[in-house]
Amino acid sequence: MNSDHSAFLRQTLLDAIAAGRPLAIAGGGSKAFYGRVMTADAMPLETTSHRGILSFEPTELVLTARSGTSLAEIEALLAEHGQTLAFEPPHFGEGATLGGTVACGLGGPRRAFAGSVRDCVLGCKILNGKGEILSFGGQVMKNVAGFDLSRLMVGALGTLGVLLEISLKVLPKPEYEQTLVFPMATPEALSAMNRWCGEPWPISGLAYDESWAYLRLAGAESAVEAARRKLGGDAAADGPGFWHRLKEQRGRFFEYPALGTDLWRLSVAPATPKLDLPGHWFYDWGGALRWLRSDAPAESVFQEAERVGGHATLFRGRSGDGAVFQPLPPALKALHRNLKRAFDPDGLLNPGRLYEDF
Amino acid sequence: MAYKTHPSERKHHAMERARFLDLLERHLPPDTLLSEAEDLRPYECDGLSAYRELPWIVALPETLEQVQAVLRLCHEHAVPVVARGAGTGLSGGALPVANGVLLSLAKFTRILALDPLNRTARVQPGVRNLAISEAAAPHGLYYAPDPSSQIACTIGGNVAENSGGVHCLKYGLTVHNVLEVRMLTIEGELVTLGGSGLDGPGYDLLALLCGSEGLLGIIVEIVVKLLPVPPYAQVLLASFASIEAAGAAVAAIIAAGLLPAGLEMMDNIALRAVEAFVHVGYPVEAAAIVLCELDGTPEQVEADTAKALGVLSRCGALEVRRSQNEVERRKLWAGRKAAFPAIGRLAPDYYCMDGTIPRRHLAEVLRRIGELSAEYGLPVANVFHAGDGNLHPLIMYDANHSDELERAEGFGERILKLCVAVGGTVTGEHGVGMEKLNPMCLQFPGPELAQFHAVKAAFDPKGLLNPGKGIPSLHRCAEFGAMHVHEGKLPHPELARF
Ligand SMILES: Cc1cc2nc3c(=O)[nH]c(=O)nc-3n(C[C@H](O)[C@H](O)[C@H](O)COP(=O)(O)OP(=O)(O)OC[C@H]3O[C@@H](n4cnc5c(N)ncnc54)[C@H](O)[C@@H]3O)c2cc1C
Repeated sequence: MNSDHSAFLRQTLLDAIAAGRPLAIAGGGSKAFYGRVMTADAMPLETTSHRGILSFEPTELVLTARSGTSLAEIEALLAEHGQTLAFEPPHFGEGATLGGTVACGLGGPRRAFAGSVRDCVLGCKILNGKGEILSFGGQVMKNVAGFDLSRLMVGALGTLGVLLEISLKVLPKPEYEQTLVFPMATPEALSAMNRWCGEPWPISGLAYDESWAYLRLAGAESAVEAARRKLGGDAAADGPGFWHRLKEQRGRFFEYPALGTDLWRLSVAPATPKLDLPGHWFYDWGGALRWLRSDAPAESVFQEAERVGGHATLFRGRSGDGAVFQPLPPALKALHRNLKRAFDPDGLLNPGRLYEDF
Repeated sequence: MAYKTHPSERKHHAMERARFLDLLERHLPPDTLLSEAEDLRPYECDGLSAYRELPWIVALPETLEQVQAVLRLCHEHAVPVVARGAGTGLSGGALPVANGVLLSLAKFTRILALDPLNRTARVQPGVRNLAISEAAAPHGLYYAPDPSSQIACTIGGNVAENSGGVHCLKYGLTVHNVLEVRMLTIEGELVTLGGSGLDGPGYDLLALLCGSEGLLGIIVEIVVKLLPVPPYAQVLLASFASIEAAGAAVAAIIAAGLLPAGLEMMDNIALRAVEAFVHVGYPVEAAAIVLCELDGTPEQVEADTAKALGVLSRCGALEVRRSQNEVERRKLWAGRKAAFPAIGRLAPDYYCMDGTIPRRHLAEVLRRIGELSAEYGLPVANVFHAGDGNLHPLIMYDANHSDELERAEGFGERILKLCVAVGGTVTGEHGVGMEKLNPMCLQFPGPELAQFHAVKAAFDPKGLLNPGKGIPSLHRCAEFGAMHVHEGKLPHPELARF
């Protein structure tokens, strides 16, 4: 099963360059819904056959794998050694690959407390739009040799290069976890969550569903139990189930159609008061990540996000060729365009998936 | 120490200094512009004082508009610009260029806002690292990255170098602790990277900016993350009969699922130097010691300490001391903190290296460094961030002794080569600057360098921001490569050799 398909991927790209034909990079397809719809008649470039864990040294807390490796396989190997991916990535389907996870850069509930995908990326090997295979970063935690182009790949949705290999920092799995619940109204929840985060509790998850705040503690059993006694609240009926459903976007808020056509993701300062947009809210990351089910016009959501210094993403919903990601101010947009050209001068890699014009 | 700017890394312009000063004076008050030799002297080097160059002009702007004006003029007239924070950098990153403006951000020292509920501080680039934690302390918060230079170095410099500290094993580097940066492009355009949330829209330019050594833009405002001060911390000092055993203990601590706040190692030479200097009672007979700090709630620290003690004794520790209170904890750290000055007493000069290697190669690399020390006839002490494999071999030499300086450099380069050979890097936290341009050629023998240059050009097409630093030119590497032919293959065979 494990095999190195980089030569094949490179040849496909070289052919695409010759033919001037754009490519649509695809892993397991679990996050195909995410990002803009590509308008160009792009040819699929499948990465799932480029797979295999290349090295894993538990004492180094580092794992290196090919981009097509299944996320489930990686998580299973880590679990065998009592380790885990700090950022608790959503799978959104069976086929989730490491490459797709890094390209989308999405983290789950623990991300706010243990680090994001990009925080954990130590190095990567990519195929740029010129057909060059390049390695950046490495397998060590500290590395400032050259620009940090590995982290730049995270969340770039494949528009800067085809990810071939990725080295990730991993973490020990928490020994013990407990989830507490507290009934609260929104203003009270936002202030309580941010107060808790400003105090040294061993928190690994903090969410609010407009009725209950959910607080996950993680660490040594004695430490978690001591914190729990001081914090109060009630033990959640099914803590692990709650966090899993939140991460994978299951349950009424995410799945019930009548709550709104669109699912928006807003990234804002965690203590920002409730935003002025119609719809239903779900708060994660102690308030720094806000999910909104709404029919509000896209412009109003982008405007409201901008007003509070954050940004919005039309995560699921209305398809079409409208904006999905927060529009960028002109000077910043120009830097994006220049960078895209620096990696992919012919604009062949996932054109339009991130922003309309590159 | 000698450094050479390769001809291909130089920027030329025909502007005269007097004329450019005239242009600058239209936007900046006269007392913010320096051009007399004696005024320029304090800016001729950074923390790597062996490299010196008098700047052409020093500008010390006080407002954003003034910085913008400097950049616009430089851009218009193709004059290079080198940013400078506190000048504590150890790789010559803030070394001036002879025909360029040295742009000091030293007057931008205001903490603009401290938001305890959102746990952030909005600061100007010239704010000192430690000043942020001091300002946050009344709220029980602090800024985690703590370079040893934290009383002096600026947050702008920290972002530009992606600096780390003793606690970055658990709390991350600068890149992990910054939420937003406002940057001026070489055209003087203000752009905001990141945002008020935990991530920003579009490409992760914030991550790209961290560690970019002033090559991509001028950092003018930073929002950093603040963390709650851990309520409790305890440090363990374990001594070992061999470097190998100490290295193995470091790996075993990580393998046991512990994530210490700090995990440091010192070899015997360093231990003895420190003990003679600060008398903290370090076990001078040990071949090496490991310092392991655990922090968190008292219950967590208790549980982790029990686990760590078990690991250390199984790894053959001769003795383990455990701090019983804050005074003892500080005392055990005092030696580590005094290590550089202590070693400074052993020799007239020392050269601090900064390679990182995968931890499993620690013992082997330290043994090889010992052999090289004998070969070059220069003593070396090792005091380093063992937890993240970041080595700081301190090569001792005497610059007044005919060829010792040259030997120290040769020795240093061999160490970095060794780091690359075992899958590591030529710089963990001090940056490439001017110092590690040649070692960069070793680390990136392939097409990566050209990609770096393309990224640089995406931000700064004229190549005016800190020219000749950070990324070696392909011509430099071609020439350097000709002297270091790797397995019979020349790097960059497409380029003409001068
Ligand atoms: C005793 C000592 C101990 C040290 N310990 C550590 C340590 O533990 N960990 C560590 O990582 N480093 C350490 N350093 C290195 C140094 O302190 C760091 O690199 C620090 O971040 C540099 O900050 P600075 O303000 O002095 O920057 P400078 O030296 O002035 O500049 C460093 C680089 O940043 C650029 N720069 C500065 N300000 C800006 C800006 N506003 N915009 C764009 N570019 C800018 C400069 O052009 C230059 O390339 C140590 C240095 C000393 C002398």
